[in-house]
Amino acid sequence: MATRAPTGSRAGKAPAGQLRAEPGPGAALTREQKLDLYYYMRLTRSLEERLVNLYRQTKVVGGLFRSLGQEADAVGSAYALDRSKGDVLSPLIRNLGSMLVQGATPLEILRQYMAKGDSPTRGRELNIHFGSPERGFIGQISHLGDMVPVMAGVTLSFKIRKQDRVGLVYVGDGATSTGSFHEGINLAAVQRCPLVVIVENNGYAYSTPISRQTAAAELKDKASGYGIPGERVDGNDVIAVYEATRRAVDRARRGEGVSLVELVTYRRKGHAEHDNQSYVPEGEIERWESENDPLTRYVGWLTGIEGIAASALEQIDARVVQEIDLATDEAERSPVPESDDALIGIYADPPTLEPLWFREGVRSAVEKHERPASWGTHDPETVKATEDA
Amino acid sequence: MPEITYLEGIRQALFEEMERDENVFCLGEDIGAYGGAFKVTEGLLSKFGEERVIDTPVSEAAIVGAAAGAAHMGMRPVCEMQFIDFISCGYDMLTNYVATARYRAMLPCPMVVRGPSGGYVRGGPFHSQNPEAAFLHTPGLKIVYPATVSDAKGLLKSAIRDDDCVLFFEHKYLYRRIKEELAEGDHLVPIGKARIAREGADVSVISYAATLWKVLEAAEQCEKEDGLSVEVVDLRTLLPLDDDAIVATVKKTNRVLVVHEDTRTGGIAGEITARINELAFEWLDAPVLRITAADVPLPYAPSLEDYVLPQTADIVRGIRRLAAY
Ligand SMILES: Cc1ncc(C[n+]2csc(CCOP(=O)(O)OP(=O)(O)O)c2C)c(N)n1
Ligand SMILES: [Mg+2]
Repeated sequence: MATRAPTGSRAGKAPAGQLRAEPGPGAALTREQKLDLYYYMRLTRSLEERLVNLYRQTKVVGGLFRSLGQEADAVGSAYALDRSKGDVLSPLIRNLGSMLVQGATPLEILRQYMAKGDSPTRGRELNIHFGSPERGFIGQISHLGDMVPVMAGVTLSFKIRKQDRVGLVYVGDGATSTGSFHEGINLAAVQRCPLVVIVENNGYAYSTPISRQTAAAELKDKASGYGIPGERVDGNDVIAVYEATRRAVDRARRGEGVSLVELVTYRRKGHAEHDNQSYVPEGEIERWESENDPLTRYVGWLTGIEGIAASALEQIDARVVQEIDLATDEAERSPVPESDDALIGIYADPPTLEPLWFREGVRSAVEKHERPASWGTHDPETVKATEDA
Repeated sequence: MPEITYLEGIRQALFEEMERDENVFCLGEDIGAYGGAFKVTEGLLSKFGEERVIDTPVSEAAIVGAAAGAAHMGMRPVCEMQFIDFISCGYDMLTNYVATARYRAMLPCPMVVRGPSGGYVRGGPFHSQNPEAAFLHTPGLKIVYPATVSDAKGLLKSAIRDDDCVLFFEHKYLYRRIKEELAEGDHLVPIGKARIAREGADVSVISYAATLWKVLEAAEQCEKEDGLSVEVVDLRTLLPLDDDAIVATVKKTNRVLVVHEDTRTGGIAGEITARINELAFEWLDAPVLRITAADVPLPYAPSLEDYVLPQTADIVRGIRRLAAY
């Protein structure tokens, strides 16, 4: 499998061949697992392509975020967790693939983007901001870096309860500049939490190139400051991603604490669909597309080195299309949220808020709770009570 | 002069103040080559160069803190929060360090923190916030939230010239939706002064930012359909509040509705109500009423967002209720 990455940005200088673990890449994976990786990468890409169509039809309510060119990074890293043991990850905006690996369904993703009432967040949150702790993923918020301390706590609980579970948290190159990243990874390192921190170096944070994000030569260098192992790998080589993450997961499971894995990849689309990428040097995107597409590379490796028949992959492609078609039809049929669902679930107790007075007739909050008994009409009971007092 | 948008008003203020005073500089995420997430700072980099238009790492605490340090040294930094929702990451710096600097250490902090705020845009809970109430309780900060093009430009220029830290909230719904023609010359609007947006005699509505436009719409409707004369006060500055303007309108109409997009509990309407109670209780013919967002994180789906945020019909209802009281 080719590991040559285009040069031109620092993200491009992937460490070719560094991860060739004996006895050969992917040796620990079965044929089914290798095809599984392909399935999730293909599903990620095709599902996002479907979302682009829906976005253009204005059926996606908010912005649309792509992970084109980063599918190997998301899928390979998540695949290194052990779902049967209850491992947990926290995805970021480019980790649709990681969520699919953990069991998120295309239907959930589509409903979520379309703000449907039966979406995982009932229309409250956007895009892939949702979680499912039972299936091993905890939903992110927008504030970058915040999930690092949260995952420190998730994995601290594993440690305290002596559970055989591992956590994994994603941060982008940009998010490594936040205070939350620093505080969270440091706390987890000191506590030797079973946590893997995946730093996705895709060259940009919105329009800001990595050279303006950090003066460190490589993001993996940050690890030594926290006293934890750091490794930098080719993020577009799904097997290399899987194996490096797996090493970190195994360390965490053995009680050896936090590891940082820098995945070198490239964000081929803009920050979101509206971003025209005018700040990207000419030819950079095309070079990554033609020379370093993670799916093309993986297909080449599977059919070349691994001798898997192209027809096996075509079958998977067909299955992916079918799944997405079915999910799209169903998501389109889903209802929009009932408006007063907005008042449910702020607290466990009380479970529902009263509507504000101007949204309800007589049975409004203001009449029940805020309005003095004598308000508007003279209430002799209240006057008497006041005079008595 | 041609008509300009609210967003262009802000951009012009930045240009003019940077030209006028070499101590003014901008810092924030993606504000340089990209011109900012909403293109507010577009063109600044090519005009003023990388030393005065600084693309920072994703580090709001550092943006705000570094601005404070530079301000101590006599510079006048203007920080951009990519969305105002991320000002929470600079909250410690702003409330503990910046807000107290003058009082505890005689250190001036002439700086501005500005950014796109507010909802009605399907932005979900982290791209729609109105954080004014979180800072209203912090002595030492000033808060400005313009509703018009003229105020956006004039207040930003005043904020940059102010000797203390001003939080300058820009309503993203208004960025490109409203236009105005401004007179030539150095256009300044004073901080701390409210404005009568519409004269009236029967009911007063006090508001600011995007909901001001809904209030004006409601006032129009109540005049047409009910023959009510509604006075509308645009606060413009939220800290310090313009007590004189608030009291004056109470004395005029004796009935007050306060409208804001922020959530209700602990919102600025509560503070205004308390001041009216203290300063002009005898002038009231009705209790002060509030129309605000419901006390929930702002949801994403249109049906939910529309339900949670104040709408024109709600304001009409509030005005009618007060008039009939
Ligand atoms: C604390 C905070 N500040 C600013 C933003 C606005 N913002 C959203 S994404 C982004 C860039 C993220 O870059 P990176 O971490 O590299 O992730 P990528 O999008 O490249 O995957 C920024 C600045 C934010 N979400 N959170
Ligand atoms: Mg990035």
